[in-house]
Amino acid sequence: MNIWVFAQAANGAPTSGTLELLTKARSLGEVTAFFGGDATEISAALGDHGAAKVYATGDLAGNLPGIAVASAMKAVIDGGDSPDLIMFPQTTEGRDVIARLSVKLDRTVLTNNTAITVEGDTVSCTTPVFGGATLVTTAFTGPPPHLAAFRPKSFTAEPSGGAPAEITAAPLPDLGASGGATITAVHVEERSGPKLDEAAIVVSGGRGLGEAAKYEMIEQLAKLLKGAAGASRAIVDAGWVPYSYQVGQTGKVVKPNVYIAAGISGATQHMVGMKGSKNIIAINKDKEAPIFGIADLGIIGDVHKVLPKLIEALQAR
Amino acid sequence: MNVIVCVKQIPDPALPGSQDPNTLTLKRDGKLILDESDSYGVEMALQLVDKAGGGEVSLISMAPNNEVSGLRTALAMGAAKGILISDPALLGSDALTTAKLLAAAVQRLGGADLIIAATESSDGYTGTVPEQIAEVLGLPSVTFAKHLAIADGKLDAQRQTEEGYDDVTCPLPAVVSVTAGVVEPRYPSFKGIMAAKAKPVETVTAADLGVAPVGWGGANQKIVNVVQAEARAAGTVVEDDGEGFAKIVAFLENLKVI
Repeated sequence: MNIWVFAQAANGAPTSGTLELLTKARSLGEVTAFFGGDATEISAALGDHGAAKVYATGDLAGNLPGIAVASAMKAVIDGGDSPDLIMFPQTTEGRDVIARLSVKLDRTVLTNNTAITVEGDTVSCTTPVFGGATLVTTAFTGPPPHLAAFRPKSFTAEPSGGAPAEITAAPLPDLGASGGATITAVHVEERSGPKLDEAAIVVSGGRGLGEAAKYEMIEQLAKLLKGAAGASRAIVDAGWVPYSYQVGQTGKVVKPNVYIAAGISGATQHMVGMKGSKNIIAINKDKEAPIFGIADLGIIGDVHKVLPKLIEALQAR
Repeated sequence: MNVIVCVKQIPDPALPGSQDPNTLTLKRDGKLILDESDSYGVEMALQLVDKAGGGEVSLISMAPNNEVSGLRTALAMGAAKGILISDPALLGSDALTTAKLLAAAVQRLGGADLIIAATESSDGYTGTVPEQIAEVLGLPSVTFAKHLAIADGKLDAQRQTEEGYDDVTCPLPAVVSVTAGVVEPRYPSFKGIMAAKAKPVETVTAADLGVAPVGWGGANQKIVNVVQAEARAAGTVVEDDGEGFAKIVAFLENLKVI
């Protein structure tokens, strides 16, 4: 099976989601990475995770990756190199590329997947629904290339010791009217401490904190535990913290050793993003809160009483 | 300026979801409500039209059983009219087919300066439909917009990224997907609710829109297995008696993380 992986990079290195997909892909067939940009810096890491080759568009010149990379992929496919399967990370850019390409190729998409199986020519993907309580497996029944997007941390990245991926140019075609949007400035929201999706301990706060100022308790506790601070969608939508803090369906997927949910009731949207944590501690006033259903330790109580005492006890150590 | 908002009518997320045992699709046969994620797009559209000093907000939606209750909520907020795509043949349609139908409905309305959708629905959350609509219509798009302004015939947006956000500029017409929180949606007034009852909603089928094939036949995918995920072992849940914090400290000590 000939498989492409849509590769993404940050700070000169492939993202963890990219390496996870390459690792999985190489167990299923021959792997080619497809990158929107100059792949010189990342070709070694891509090769070391299983990509023999990388198609690279070169500088995207301010074009949004969705339309640009999908158009470049379509041009390579029209040129005669057509894969059986294209795997995408479930990220903002991955979603845009898979969507644009699905129309260009007239192919269905399967998104939010956490597993894939290949039996003969049949490719099937598994998606958690209802907050992860049910797993639905869906098979592609149309002609290839099959288009599938996978949630971060669905697979474990492991080096293969492969040689650097051979770089092949996949120049951007004329994007026409569809390519009208242009990036004029890039803003990176800096945060201190370990990254949310890599930290061994994550402390997240939700609506139960009552007001934005109380989120400081979450930051303080995360710092004391050398962990990262996260948030539910409710308080991100309310503007208390930036989107980069969000854990859940539309935010980051985290699988830390310890996850502490403070004042979070456990909406489906949130649980999907943290259910894979090894140990879960929940603090919530409402004893009926769904979060208690998945917690290893649940404290039915007021976060405004429990957290200050917990912080004090940890400071005293 | 004229704005079209794609709105989805979904089963109340507060109620437990379920699948039809025969078709394995999400059950959507009960009363449907306006997906809360779409209320942000409706509000954004109303504000942009207000600011432009003219034009109107139209809605397009696809739902079974001629369901309009969610559409009426958006009409009560201030939208002028809507198209409902409802057709038994649509059961099992994938996101691509949905996008083709919605794009055809946009054309039936004569197009617009701006087409707004949420980044994903709260029930199926495939998350590709807005960008697919843009591609079907041959339009530029800005996805994951958390801030939006229109001036001099173009739009300026802040587009959320994994690391922060990008400033993006885009000519009109265009498709935009907006995040929750882009604006604060208004509550429909009593007057708005009464007025909504008389606002026109045209119901059309896939054939009316000239889109085929639809439903399972056009989906190119088939559900082959449904299983319950392995449940986590039940934990300890205790009432805070003032010493709840100590239980957390002991738990963390036991894991040797402190």
